Amino acid sequence: MKQTPTKKQRQKSTNGRPQATSEEPDRWNLRLYVAGQTPRSVTAFRNLKDICEEYLKGQYHIEVVDLMENPTLARGDQILAVPTLVRKLPQPIRKIIGDLSNTERVLVGLDIQPR
Amino acid sequence: MSRQNRRNFQPLKGLQKERTGIPGFDEITRGGLPAGRPTLVCGSAGAGKTLFAMEFLVRGATLFNEPGVFISFEESDEELATNVASLGFDLNELIAEKKLILDYVFIERSEIEETGEYDLEALFLRLGYAIDSIGAKRVVLDTLEALFAALPNEAIVRAELRRLFRWLKDKGVTAVITGERGDGKLTRYGLEEYVADCVILLDHRVQNQISTRRIRIVKYRGTSHGTNEYPFFIDEKGLSVLPITSLGLMHKAPTEHVSTGIERLDTMLDGQGFYRGSSILVSGTAGTGKSTIAAHFVAAACQRGERALFFAFEESQEQIIRNMRSIGIDLEKFVKKGLLEFHNARPSAWGLEVHLALVHKLITEFNPTVVVVDPITNFLAVGDRMETKSMLTRLIDFLKSRQVTGMFTSLTSAASEIEDSEVDVSSLMDAWLLVRTIESNGERNRGLYILKARGIAHSNQVREFLLTDHGIELIDAYIGSEGVLMGSARSNQLAREKVAELERGQVSARKQRELRRKQELYEAQLQALKSQYETERDAILMELDEEQKRLKEAADQQLEIARLRKADNRGMKIDENGARKARKGAAR
Repeated sequence: MKQTPTKKQRQKSTNGRPQATSEEPDRWNLRLYVAGQTPRSVTAFRNLKDICEEYLKGQYHIEVVDLMENPTLARGDQILAVPTLVRKLPQPIRKIIGDLSNTERVLVGLDIQPR
Repeated sequence: MSRQNRRNFQPLKGLQKERTGIPGFDEITRGGLPAGRPTLVCGSAGAGKTLFAMEFLVRGATLFNEPGVFISFEESDEELATNVASLGFDLNELIAEKKLILDYVFIERSEIEETGEYDLEALFLRLGYAIDSIGAKRVVLDTLEALFAALPNEAIVRAELRRLFRWLKDKGVTAVITGERGDGKLTRYGLEEYVADCVILLDHRVQNQISTRRIRIVKYRGTSHGTNEYPFFIDEKGLSVLPITSLGLMHKAPTEHVSTGIERLDTMLDGQGFYRGSSILVSGTAGTGKSTIAAHFVAAACQRGERALFFAFEESQEQIIRNMRSIGIDLEKFVKKGLLEFHNARPSAWGLEVHLALVHKLITEFNPTVVVVDPITNFLAVGDRMETKSMLTRLIDFLKSRQVTGMFTSLTSAASEIEDSEVDVSSLMDAWLLVRTIESNGERNRGLYILKARGIAHSNQVREFLLTDHGIELIDAYIGSEGVLMGSARSNQLAREKVAELERGQVSARKQRELRRKQELYEAQLQALKSQYETERDAILMELDEEQKRLKEAADQQLEIARLRKADNRGMKIDENGARKARKGAAR
């Protein structure tokens, strides 16, 4: 798994290990697209929160986009399915669709855990 | 299309249809696509699905003021706009006018991880937002099957597709969904099972190395529709479907005549030429002047100010103009005036159907009164006899429905019977001219026959046909005791006749002179006799006078003697009477 090393500390993340020591809230910029407050949206958000708290504590930032309210935003990140989790940072962009119920796969999808 | 036919295309009551604006398509569907319902357009790669869908939107926006949304799963907005710009569609302008929205849905499978439950609500929202923002009536999804490739969970995709079509119906938009043709199925992922209302199949087939695009309505629930495969093509104006079927025999029969452009040919045809709207076959072997007859016909039409369309399948426009100029027919001036248009193409350029379609299209656009197809026999290179005949039947029907006079030349092979027109179309034709070379005495001469001319009292004599520097000239062939003579044989025969006539003339002149001489002779003789008679008469009269005198003297003497002798007078009187009688006879 390669990625463009724009910052030094980002190179470390390619090792696939959580960087629990450094306090950088923007290190992991995650955006969760949902469509309304459906049970599935809620589940997805809760699952995401749990995973982040466990593996990315203090380094993440979650933004929830409700496409019901802002349908135009779906275009920018090419969202088709909901819920979709987009990893904006670190690059490259990764997308995970579904309610994030399978923690293992979410970790793989976010490159937190090697495949 | 005649009014009669248009009436047949009225949609059945109950099912609303939305016109696509694609030329010809609305006729075969009898009104367009089912309004407010999705339609599946399927076909193999390169069949024209995307173009069909795009044209549906563009025409809707420009012709019917119905905004549209194009969701593309394959090409980006820029690519789409560029691709259709060559067809004269300015997508950016339509987008600026809020008549069109292009939305490129791009899914990179490698970027996507799947975990847990999800649905495609985001797609619905995107689509819904796009529809609502411009009040779209038409939607295109090109092509939905990309979803199957992008999303691993087919069960979810299928469920969502079912929901999508339901949702589209609820929205009341007329949707076109494209799908790639699959093995033994209409679409690779079986989209047809979701779209139950209308399925259209586009096909691009190559036969004898000639490709033909065809369109077929596989299914159209709740309405009648054309079931044939119709040819269509994509040109610089977009897509056109050509619903060319036999129009039947309902055309009008005008009584107006059109000149053939050859004076003597007109006189052979009852002095007026062909009927307008009739179809004329000119058949003959190579080099008999078929094209020249056609050129005359076209030139005459243009001279009258009518429009003519010349389909040439053997020669280029330049070549025809040059060749016809050499016999004194100037076609170029008509081209410049815009009265004459050539369409030159090799028959092998397209399939028969496309040729027919093209002819249709050009005739509809140019609206000529006279059409020449030179020659029809070349179509045999593209299709077989049956196909060619069927195509020509439809072409003739079409021409008749528009009251266009059509002239078709047909090359017959020298080996076959002269009446054997190669494509068996003679029975379709109203008039048939046969140009034939007649070989005798080591030369070939052209002879022109009118084999038939329906409804015209035509000459049944063969005419000799000359190509002069002022066009075609028809001459009476020599028909006499020597049979039918043409060319130098005819002119020899005429010369011989002239000599004979001259000779006959000389004989009679001689006889007249002789008569005159005889008359003079006899008159002279008569004169001589008369003068001789007069001379002799005078002589006799003189002698009579002498005699009279002598008698008188003798009488006087006797009287004297009698007087002297004192005799009576009796004998004396008698003598006097006798002398008087003789005098009378001489005078007579």
